[in-house]
Amino acid sequence: MTTTHTSVPITYTSGEQVEVYRFSVPVTIGVPLLALFIQAFVPLRYPRFAVYLDLPLLVTIFFGMARRNPISGLFTGAVIGLAQDMLGHNPIGIYGIAKTVVGYGASSLGVKLDVENAGARFLVTLGFYLVHSAVYFTVARGMVNMTQHWSWVNGILAGLANATLGTFLYFALDKFKQRT
Amino acid sequence: MESVLGRYRNLIILVGVLFLQVLGLAVQVKRGPNDAQDTRLIRIWMVGAISPFERGLVWIKNSGSDIWHNYFYLRGVRAENRQLKEQIEQMRLEEVRLSEDAAQAHRLQNLLAFKEQFIAKTVAAQVIGSSGSDLSRVIYIDKGEDAGLQRDMAVITADGIVGKILVVYPSVSQVLLINDQSSGVGVILEKSRLQGVLRGTANGEVVLERVMSDEQVQNGETVLTSGGDQIFPKGLPVGTVSKVAMGKDLFLNIKVKPSSDLSRLEEVLVLVEKQERQPAAEAATHVRAADILAQRLPSVPDKPADASAATSGAAGPTSAGNNAAKPAPRAPSAATNSVAQAKNPVQAQSAQTQPAQPKPAQTKVVQTKPDQTRPDQTTTQPITADQPKTDPSKTDQPKMNQPKIAQPKPAQPPSDQPKLPTKPATPPQTNPQPASDDDNPH
Repeated sequence: MTTTHTSVPITYTSGEQVEVYRFSVPVTIGVPLLALFIQAFVPLRYPRFAVYLDLPLLVTIFFGMARRNPISGLFTGAVIGLAQDMLGHNPIGIYGIAKTVVGYGASSLGVKLDVENAGARFLVTLGFYLVHSAVYFTVARGMVNMTQHWSWVNGILAGLANATLGTFLYFALDKFKQRT
Repeated sequence: MESVLGRYRNLIILVGVLFLQVLGLAVQVKRGPNDAQDTRLIRIWMVGAISPFERGLVWIKNSGSDIWHNYFYLRGVRAENRQLKEQIEQMRLEEVRLSEDAAQAHRLQNLLAFKEQFIAKTVAAQVIGSSGSDLSRVIYIDKGEDAGLQRDMAVITADGIVGKILVVYPSVSQVLLINDQSSGVGVILEKSRLQGVLRGTANGEVVLERVMSDEQVQNGETVLTSGGDQIFPKGLPVGTVSKVAMGKDLFLNIKVKPSSDLSRLEEVLVLVEKQERQPAAEAATHVRAADILAQRLPSVPDKPADASAATSGAAGPTSAGNNAAKPAPRAPSAATNSVAQAKNPVQAQSAQTQPAQPKPAQTKVVQTKPDQTRPDQTTTQPITADQPKTDPSKTDQPKMNQPKIAQPKPAQPPSDQPKLPTKPATPPQTNPQPASDDDNPH
């Protein structure tokens, strides 16, 4: 049995096969800032926005999956999460920890999986939203002693909402990608 | 060793970053709830980066809305204006009625040496942003240290309380809403006078704590601030009781619906200055409901002095005849008051302000109206009883206004208005000086 070079199973991906993208400095700074701005401003008119949607999380996942570099992903998540913490009045670090984990996970997953299609993006976003909520719940309740109530129904509904929005948002943000 | 570090480099960095954040979090938790001041420098960077955009967007939105609503979309403004004017009339009548009660309450408080907190100064501010998280219910307003704002100042709207200022930046302030779970407000129930602590919950509801389960609390009861927290003055509306249930530890679980719509705040007021003083007992009610109603009646146009004198002489007999035909002429009393005031205004004034004059309700309007009417209340009365010293011969001028004040009203007040003694048997409009003959010794 002979195998040609092109018959290598496509499920196996390596650093040579996946595309690694980078972003310009304005996009790297501007997109997370814009996400934070929208996240802080829209709830003034639509209070449910803050309950079900987390734009900084979607941006963290996108940058993590596109760069496919765990170090870059975790630092991106940490910075965006800490910035989100600074807008609230709770101790700084709860969102930071949660988004650091998500950034690391998204970039690590981006190395191993093809996350360019809509279905994969939807599932990845749904999963990472639940991871983010679990980490946040644990830290907020365990360390900060905040009163938190875990609800699977709300968590899954919010995860679906974020995954739906994220799928469209990622395609919009794909335009800012630059090949390395 | 190097190969191990290289192999697990990403994981080690992840653990290191997480460890640093956990450490920072632990330090903040240990320092307590005032960590917002300790992390002020870090937070101000983020607020400084976001707030200019929020402020700009709010400005654009408000400008566009103003242009549209003030210059283009004016449909129904006239009808609304008319409706508002009617509402003002109703409220003025209500105010007169309530001022009596308030004056009485102030007198009693004065006797008991009570002290009240009064709102001395407020600063209006625009809501420009939020935390963006349902776990941190704070908003940002566009006023800060530059406008004299300080930490722990109360933030309210016309509907009720909103929260308190948590962090103050140079041009922006962070306001902790009353539905945040770290918030606490001292409140009192309006009817049952039960006191408790208002707290927010994790899901954004507002509950009243520390009310014993054996107390009776009704749905719909109004909740007011008690003043016990030293932030909100006493008596500000907080909300209404929406649900009462048994809680744990012998306390009731009372849900409160806030008076202010905390999810749609646009403009708020910050109480920057409070005064604690004894309420001043007002001497007497300056304006009566009857006076307000009388202002709405058509008035007699002003006449020259000569014409007035001629009319006085001509109208005298008619007036006397009319008065003779009436069962209870009130002109002598009014005339006596006017003359007495002309001779000694101070004594006359003090005599008029004596509240305990057992007179029929119907005669009260005519007897007191000329003395209590002020020039700024009726613009068609250039000469009033307050001006007798300049020209004593015009002391009968106020009586010219008596028919105007006590004439039968062409427009009856609405049925929901309080019953007022405004329909005495009075001289008609065509008899402007019914009491002139009584004043005139000739």
